[in-house]
Amino acid sequence: MTLTARIRRAFGTHWYAWTMVAPVVLVIGVIIGIPLVRGVYLSLTDANEANVERSIGMNHIPATYHFTGLDNYRAVLTDGVFWDRLGWTVVWTVGCVSLTFLTALALANLLNRRMRGRTFYRLALILPWAIPAFVSVFTWRMLYNEKNGILNKLLAGGGLDAVPWLNDPTWAKLSVIAVNVWLGVPFMLVALLGGLQSIPGELYEAAEMDGAGAWQRFRHITVPGLRAVSGTVILLSTIWTFNMFPVIFLLTRGGPGDATEILVTYAYRLSFVDSPRNFSASATWGMVILAVLALVAVGYRRALRKQGEVW
Amino acid sequence: MARTRSERHWSASVGLHLALVLASVVAVFPPLWLLVTSFKPKNDAFTTSLVTHFTLDNYTHVLTGTSFLTWFGNSVVVVALTTVIGVFTAATTGYAVSRFRFPGMRPLLWLLLITQMFPVAVLIVPLYNLLASLGLLNQPLGLVLTYLTIAVPFCAWMMKGFFDTIPVEIDEAGRVDGLTPFGTFWRLVLPLARPGLAVTGFYTFVTAWAEVAYASAFMTGEENLTLAGGLQTFVNQYSNDWGSMTAAAVIIAVPAALVFAFAQRHLVAGLTAGTTKG
Repeated sequence: MTLTARIRRAFGTHWYAWTMVAPVVLVIGVIIGIPLVRGVYLSLTDANEANVERSIGMNHIPATYHFTGLDNYRAVLTDGVFWDRLGWTVVWTVGCVSLTFLTALALANLLNRRMRGRTFYRLALILPWAIPAFVSVFTWRMLYNEKNGILNKLLAGGGLDAVPWLNDPTWAKLSVIAVNVWLGVPFMLVALLGGLQSIPGELYEAAEMDGAGAWQRFRHITVPGLRAVSGTVILLSTIWTFNMFPVIFLLTRGGPGDATEILVTYAYRLSFVDSPRNFSASATWGMVILAVLALVAVGYRRALRKQGEVW
Repeated sequence: MARTRSERHWSASVGLHLALVLASVVAVFPPLWLLVTSFKPKNDAFTTSLVTHFTLDNYTHVLTGTSFLTWFGNSVVVVALTTVIGVFTAATTGYAVSRFRFPGMRPLLWLLLITQMFPVAVLIVPLYNLLASLGLLNQPLGLVLTYLTIAVPFCAWMMKGFFDTIPVEIDEAGRVDGLTPFGTFWRLVLPLARPGLAVTGFYTFVTAWAEVAYASAFMTGEENLTLAGGLQTFVNQYSNDWGSMTAAAVIIAVPAALVFAFAQRHLVAGLTAGTTKG
């Protein structure tokens, strides 16, 4: 069979499927593919606001930036700023994900039993999810306000000193993590609750008959039963937190100084906040971030495989 | 004899409720405080008391004295388009990968997963340039396209999980009755996947309604901002209008909360279908 005939036949059998996925492939190809290729290219140049193609009034000024090879990457990787930011980004990601997961796991276990007021608790606990994140972040900024915020007013009422929530490097770090955990718990809680409900109740009853205590039941029934759900939500939440832009951008703008700046907000700052805009450096940071994330995902997948997960 | 699980010791019961009440207070307090503050006069924004002088001034000011309604309109256009197109494409994609075995399926599944990983920072500059050259900066369409790439991959995974739970026999019956594959999808399977559509619709809505980075970068000029950009203008390095901020924030949160209330019944089913069987 010739190649064209083979393609024609494949098209004949699969064209329904291909037509159905075509819009997604097209949009992803154009909006992610083209920018990605261009991003790689920009990261190999010295493009910035002053030398890219632009129009001022009627005058069209052609681009004058040059190809510089791997210079940008060398600059980023030998710069202490990158390693500082990476360190904090890792602390931020691990801190947020583990606290979110443990809180959600505890709450899901509390909620997953018959009791009075269950619906009320469930609704209250997922409320943060119903509110757009940037609205919540602005609310927290108000609560954290050093002179007038309610948190410090309450502390003052208890005779305690005001806490510089967003103005001291250490407190600011704790504050942004707290907000992100607050935002992230509902999603995890709902996912874990779903996982818990899919564990057959007979398993617990049988274990109880055999005299297993609460901890043993949790350890040997709940934990394995939740493994598939937790694997996926932890990976998703790691990726989301690593790239969590709004919380840090809107709460502290990366400050005080650059204490809470994670890799993503730093790359954004390079091209949209700082002047002159440094497009090539920003693109380079973007590529490095992508590489770090890819490593995380591959490593994570391998770890899951070792435990015998099919994912 | 072993105690049955419904007969909990009273101290365990108290502990359980205490923990849940505490957690609920932490979850509910910030939004509640936002609501309370929005009804206070501007100068009382930071008092610890509940509303002493109830006023709607903040709301009147936001609605009549600022560009809030323009931003709201911009957001509604962007979000409505994103949700409708997003849910439809996520459903067709999810259906195709759930039902057909076709060349290119595995790479597609991987592509959908990998796009989840793309940080804003990688794409934002080149995307900015691309949209600029297409004349789509400050255009709702530019944001819609961008948001589709964020929402659709994840939604397609969730929809695949949903379609996997619908028996294939239904498709076969439709085929026997002479429906085309698309007809089967549209008239038989899609109605059965309504909870999935609710969840993906909710997710797309929330993603688009709450996105900040792209919206701040691509939309400039007071009349082009969406809500995320507009809200930032009330409280920034130049002004501290907490009164307007709280009122605007409440108005922004209400539609989101309504959509959420509508979709939340299906959330548990949707997420577990999407995350465990993905």
